[in-house]
Amino acid sequence: MNPTRPPAAPVLALTLALVTGAATAEPRILTVYTYDSFVTEWGPGPAIEQGFEALCGCDLRWVTAGDGAALLSRLRLEGARTRADVVVGLDTNLITEAAASALFAPVAQDAPYDLPVEWDDELFVPYDWGYFAFVFDRARVPEPPANFPDLAASDLRIVIQDPRSSTPGLGLVLWVKAAHGAQAGAIWEALADNVVTVTPGWSEAYALFLAGEADMVLSYTTSPAYHLIVEGDDGKAAARFDEGHYLQIEVAGRIASSEVPDLAEAFLAYLVSDAAQAVIPTTNWMYPAVTPAAGLPEGFATLMIPDRALLFAPREAQELRGPAIEEWRAALSR
Amino acid sequence: MIRSAGPLAALVVAGLVLGPLAALALAAQGRWALAPGDLAAIRFTLLQAAVSAALSCALAVPLARALARRRFRGRRLLVTLLGAPFLLPALVAVAGLLAVFGRSGLFSRLLAVAGLPFPGIYGQGGVILAHVFLNLPLVTRLLLQGWAEIPAERFRLAASLGLPAGTVNRLLETPMLRERLPGAFAAVFLICLTSFAVALTLGGGPRATTVELAIFQAIRFEGDLGRAALLGLVQVALTLPAALLARAVAAAAGFGAGLDRPLPPRPEAARPLLRLQDGLAIGSGAAFLVVPVAAVAVAGTPALAALPASVWAAALRSAGVAALAGMVALALALAWAAASGRGGLLRMTGYLPLAASPLVMGTGLFLIVLPLADPARLALPAAALVAAVLALPFGLRAVLPARDRAEADFGRLADSLGLAGGTRFRLVILPRIRRGLGLTAGLAAAFAAGDLGVVALFSDPGRPTLALELQRLMGAYRIEAAAGAALVLLALALGAFALFDRWGRRADA
Amino acid sequence: MLTLERVQLRQGDFALDADFTLPAGARAAVIGPSGAGKSTLLLAIAGLVPLTSGRILWQGRDLAPLEPGDRPLSILFQDQNLFPHLTVAQNVALGLGPRPDPGPAGQARVAAVLARVGLGGFGPRRPGTLSGGEQGRVALARTLLRARPLLLLDEPFAALGPALKAEMLELLAGLLDETGATLMMVTHDPADARAIAGQAILVAEGRAAAPVDVPAFFADPPAALRRYLG
Repeated sequence: MNPTRPPAAPVLALTLALVTGAATAEPRILTVYTYDSFVTEWGPGPAIEQGFEALCGCDLRWVTAGDGAALLSRLRLEGARTRADVVVGLDTNLITEAAASALFAPVAQDAPYDLPVEWDDELFVPYDWGYFAFVFDRARVPEPPANFPDLAASDLRIVIQDPRSSTPGLGLVLWVKAAHGAQAGAIWEALADNVVTVTPGWSEAYALFLAGEADMVLSYTTSPAYHLIVEGDDGKAAARFDEGHYLQIEVAGRIASSEVPDLAEAFLAYLVSDAAQAVIPTTNWMYPAVTPAAGLPEGFATLMIPDRALLFAPREAQELRGPAIEEWRAALSR
Repeated sequence: MIRSAGPLAALVVAGLVLGPLAALALAAQGRWALAPGDLAAIRFTLLQAAVSAALSCALAVPLARALARRRFRGRRLLVTLLGAPFLLPALVAVAGLLAVFGRSGLFSRLLAVAGLPFPGIYGQGGVILAHVFLNLPLVTRLLLQGWAEIPAERFRLAASLGLPAGTVNRLLETPMLRERLPGAFAAVFLICLTSFAVALTLGGGPRATTVELAIFQAIRFEGDLGRAALLGLVQVALTLPAALLARAVAAAAGFGAGLDRPLPPRPEAARPLLRLQDGLAIGSGAAFLVVPVAAVAVAGTPALAALPASVWAAALRSAGVAALAGMVALALALAWAAASGRGGLLRMTGYLPLAASPLVMGTGLFLIVLPLADPARLALPAAALVAAVLALPFGLRAVLPARDRAEADFGRLADSLGLAGGTRFRLVILPRIRRGLGLTAGLAAAFAAGDLGVVALFSDPGRPTLALELQRLMGAYRIEAAAGAALVLLALALGAFALFDRWGRRADA
Repeated sequence: MLTLERVQLRQGDFALDADFTLPAGARAAVIGPSGAGKSTLLLAIAGLVPLTSGRILWQGRDLAPLEPGDRPLSILFQDQNLFPHLTVAQNVALGLGPRPDPGPAGQARVAAVLARVGLGGFGPRRPGTLSGGEQGRVALARTLLRARPLLLLDEPFAALGPALKAEMLELLAGLLDETGATLMMVTHDPADARAIAGQAILVAEGRAAAPVDVPAFFADPPAALRRYLG
């Protein structure tokens, strides 16, 4: 080849690339922070990404952190430098703190939510919810306890999560607080000998339960639906506590500094639309915030529905969190 | 040029250990306070680390002694297998321990058959059990190496004089143990100080909170970077005396060492009682260390065929991270070996990572990277880098003494031949330290394969590593697939180590 | 009487056969080319190398069931005959039994044998501070305390200069006169053999020959020895 003459083909290709690149604008990018399990192939992420990208003609990119608490911590680490446009996966116990970070912008969404409580938060959109509950195997626990004192009096062995590192763990501490108020410390002291171990997150606890290390595990009333629908196993159930069950409402919000606020707002709208909500039950194994037109999947009808929903208002939850965790720690440290 | 590599690498390592602490402290914006319970965490951390280290040492003595003075079929394989737990990712180790010592594990079923109550694995006892499981292999190897380094002539002399076992013990073994055990104790103590995942799952509750766990909670849940940095400093302060001790008694870990030399004559050990004692030590040691690993394999095998494709993709990615970590560790260890000076400061820096909290390192690195680049793009290289730095102290314990011996034995010869610079390093030093280099790279590769902290923090959701994928499977109720992935992870960590280690041992051929 | 009965030693490529007797009280030099198996022969008698087949007997008693330390013999190696981290006195005391620090009576005996080999007052020192000849004397002193009827020496004086070696051989001869022990001594040097030994055992070409009187041995050397001596 003669080195002085530029080969024609590469030059042509390069020119073409430059021209077409300039003609069709790069698709805009929407960066969504969420917790890890949301975007796995078993989670709602893939379907939601596909559905939303088809609508917006944009490129949706996920960034993940361990769970809701880790998400908030990561946002705080990043501060104003965050690349997030939308955050999916905080819960009601975290939103006061999230709001205090001043990173979030008000949202315009208002859907006909099917939540056990009224919803009027201007920064966050709820996308699913569930009741915390102790899940057990019917064969191993024929007569489940009916409340916390019952559980404490039994010799059942339970696995719970650490309230300092996991949202269900924190939910349990607030649950006991909401149900027993000033007596919460005494309840924890009585429960101490039932607690096999305290795990960092939900998945470790649930794995221990399935491996037979405990009789019951702190999870959600919706957990038995997984075993029923995916595994055809109707042996798992959630124990009904007569004090009522604490709620977890998972929420999403948009970041004020986002360069694509219209895309962010559109995504939140999509998240509570029928298309996305219909995906939630059998991927996130929670109740959708807006019941899909086609109704809940078969199997959800068999789930235990608590008589009473317990939930602290976000500000109250924020104030109670520190003292309630300290109560828990003190009782279990004995 | 080759001599300036050492200080340069030392700067990198010191930067990686101390930089993150500084980054955390800067980001803390003046909020500096410990939380209630932190003092209890410090107390528990020290207690469990001391007990774990003491037990690991106490149990390693009879096991290493038995392995040192007995030859039997499959001994080499057994010695290799006994090293495995030290290389296990914490997730896999905990799974294996639960399969044996859990409520429905083999051990509790055995106890039930015998009509005995099951004491339970959770709590302080469980944390210590797991730490002994993970670190007994390290101490056993250190001591086995010590036994191998007692000149065979001494045993021959003892045999010719008809000295009984007690005297051989006092004359030959006790001095070696006195020299090795403090270093081994310090090493295990340090490892247990920064224990995290084990304490988290088996701890049984807030009673068993370690400092590392408190750091995790401060960073992740409370966003309290000042407290995290303070706890990180406490950790460095706690580890420094132990690190100094470990350095002072630096003995080669010799994980890949050819411990299969012909047995020196040990007629004093022929007594039936001693045979029984050694048989028991080897038998129970093997059961304790090998059965949990085997349990992971047994539990995972049925799921292998039906593993999701994503697991294999993640495994490939993790293999890449492991390979990268091995290369980086190799380069670091080479730089240390090439540094001519016996400079105390340089050596000290090499052992610094022993005192580092992987969590603080990861978080600090994240804070440093954040303004410069998208952390997700750097997730895998960062994991490899951190693993390489964490493996360095263990590797240097093998590399530096070998380097010094090579200099002592052949330095004058090399001088007389006018060998200098790169040629001298290549001809005189390199062949002698290759085994140590292989060990360093192998450890880094195994650590990288099991890393969860850095990868989870930098989080590239589209490209999970195998450890992250394993955790995702668990989080998605896929317990059986998770068991299969745990087996793949086990094979990956051990395989990556073996590959590098084998490269290092080819030097002996 | 030391009897080697159809003894075979095999280690990989190495092979050595021996079938002879050595009368009690005899002093035999073991002579032969490097690598022929002189040391291995001694180690086998001492029980430190296993026999492939055959028997070794002392005064008609099979040594096989006896551990090395229980055999009626003492052995000194080419080097490493002393524990470097014990004192001279402690090293010698191990000839009395498994305790480096025997009682006052034991210490007196240790001092006596040290004086006998010309090392009075050396007790508290460490082997590392001694010359090669002095280290050899310490080891010899220990064999005195062990008082076994057979002494196996594997070139313990090879590293010494001619004057020192002559001195050591003289000391050794004196000690043997006192104890009446039987000696087998590996050496490279025909002069050593002439100086101390009455008999010579040739180890060469895979065989340890029966002992021959030294004058006859050197007057009419076997073919293998001739090749070796050159």
